[in-house]
Amino acid sequence: MSEKKKKIETPMVDELLDGPWPSFAKDLKEWSSKKPQVGQLLGQLNQSYEDKWNYWQGTVLNVDGYGGGVIARYSELAEEYPDIAQFHTIRVIPPAGWVYSTESLRNLCDIWEKHGAGIMQLHGMTGDILLLGSDNKTTFEAAEELFENGWDLGGSGGALRTLACCVGEARCEMACYDTMKTTTDLTNRYISQLHRPEFPYKYKFKLSGCANDCGCSMQRSDMPIIGTWKDDIRVDQKEVAAFVTEHGADFVRDNVINRCPTRCITLNKKKIEIDNKECVRCMHCINVMHKALRPGVEKGVTILLGGKRTLKIGDTMGVQLVPFMPLKTEEDYDKLYDLVERIWEFWGENAMDHERVGEFIARVGLGTFLDGVGIDPDARMVKAPRTTPYIKFEEITPGRMGGEAEDDPAVSNAEVEQMEKA
Amino acid sequence: MSIEINGVTYETDEDGYLVNVDQWNKDVAAYLAKDEGVEMSESHWEVVDFLREYYEEYKIAPMIRILTKAIGKKLGKEKGNTKYLYELYPGGPAKQACKIAGLPKPTGCV
Repeated sequence: MSEKKKKIETPMVDELLDGPWPSFAKDLKEWSSKKPQVGQLLGQLNQSYEDKWNYWQGTVLNVDGYGGGVIARYSELAEEYPDIAQFHTIRVIPPAGWVYSTESLRNLCDIWEKHGAGIMQLHGMTGDILLLGSDNKTTFEAAEELFENGWDLGGSGGALRTLACCVGEARCEMACYDTMKTTTDLTNRYISQLHRPEFPYKYKFKLSGCANDCGCSMQRSDMPIIGTWKDDIRVDQKEVAAFVTEHGADFVRDNVINRCPTRCITLNKKKIEIDNKECVRCMHCINVMHKALRPGVEKGVTILLGGKRTLKIGDTMGVQLVPFMPLKTEEDYDKLYDLVERIWEFWGENAMDHERVGEFIARVGLGTFLDGVGIDPDARMVKAPRTTPYIKFEEITPGRMGGEAEDDPAVSNAEVEQMEKA
Repeated sequence: MSIEINGVTYETDEDGYLVNVDQWNKDVAAYLAKDEGVEMSESHWEVVDFLREYYEEYKIAPMIRILTKAIGKKLGKEKGNTKYLYELYPGGPAKQACKIAGLPKPTGCV
């Protein structure tokens, strides 16, 4: 077929080559000389730009024993672009913190050049390694070789999704807990939920070692686990004095004192004082004066719940569910697992199809949700500290999952109830 | 696309799913199972039967949790999980079991 193939013109995609920014178009154009399907891919993309229409059609393709990990796509323009008639994406779990050896990266590239279109995305929004461009046959061949080399498929659909974390204690002095260990432990413990979808919809963990949130957990995950500390910020006044001498008092006032969200820092000549009761652990002062200030010593995590992107109730960030818990010993981890499993049980039992946990909480109310998972309400369970109390304490209503007619909203789940009766 | 069993023609889509849900019968299921490389035992049929019953009542494939619970209720708690279902249907209950039960193709997984 390649002899007859005419050159594919892509004027609209070519527009992306202009300008100062790097573009995938340049990479793919170069790559298309090696892989004909990549040229056709650009052809279809150009067609999409012209027609303002997406020509990919979703389908389902599973590697044996897995309910996810392959995002299968058929092209609706297969006659025109036969080499991308099937153009699937394989999700692969990356190492925690994305710490690779060059050997493992080469291995991954070799496998994908052999079996797929050779296009890789490190890393997709999900946190996975994305391998793009395999067909119904090569998907299985690639998966086989990936398994042989110690890789495993990531999550898709109504499943636990591949976890992602910041680099944590491996390379960052700010980290308040071992994000990479926690990521690995959670992945291994819940690998069945990751490979075999059993939830109403996706469930994502993202882990960050401190409130700088380099894992973007607040915006990207249902259950962000963020490092924090309980005691006082550690201050090295000698380093504070050195910082003030180097940058001047005005700089410190403008960039540290006045930018503290709760105004709990005062500068007294070359010394600073922090009213730790008022500190919200936002990390700003520590980021600016990272030699002089450090997180406290009593470290742990804050757990939030319900972050998600659009659909149904719009974008949300998580609500603070557990203000502080240590995460060091086996017992601490057991408490985390217990919490996760209780949430999955209640959400899995009562949520509607395709309802994220944040949407579920919005529907049934935080009071009902806390009741269902067996957590006592706490004054710190707020959307944003010191501004919007999420719940009114004296008026927490008893659980209303039964959907009494006078309740607003009346919550019921006829499908589940019917099945229970059966 | 289409398949022919005992002189009757059944229309299928590009992935081999039955186009007309009402045309389904046990012969078609056996044919589709063979095509998928699944050897149908009594346990396999129990899942397919449940899927058919559920579909007839609700006109939708059940959520996986409902399926595992129903299987657990029927066959004992140790079988009421996804692991058991994937042992029966390695291609996944959503894809393989629904296909054999003649249910519409799941729309996607994102």
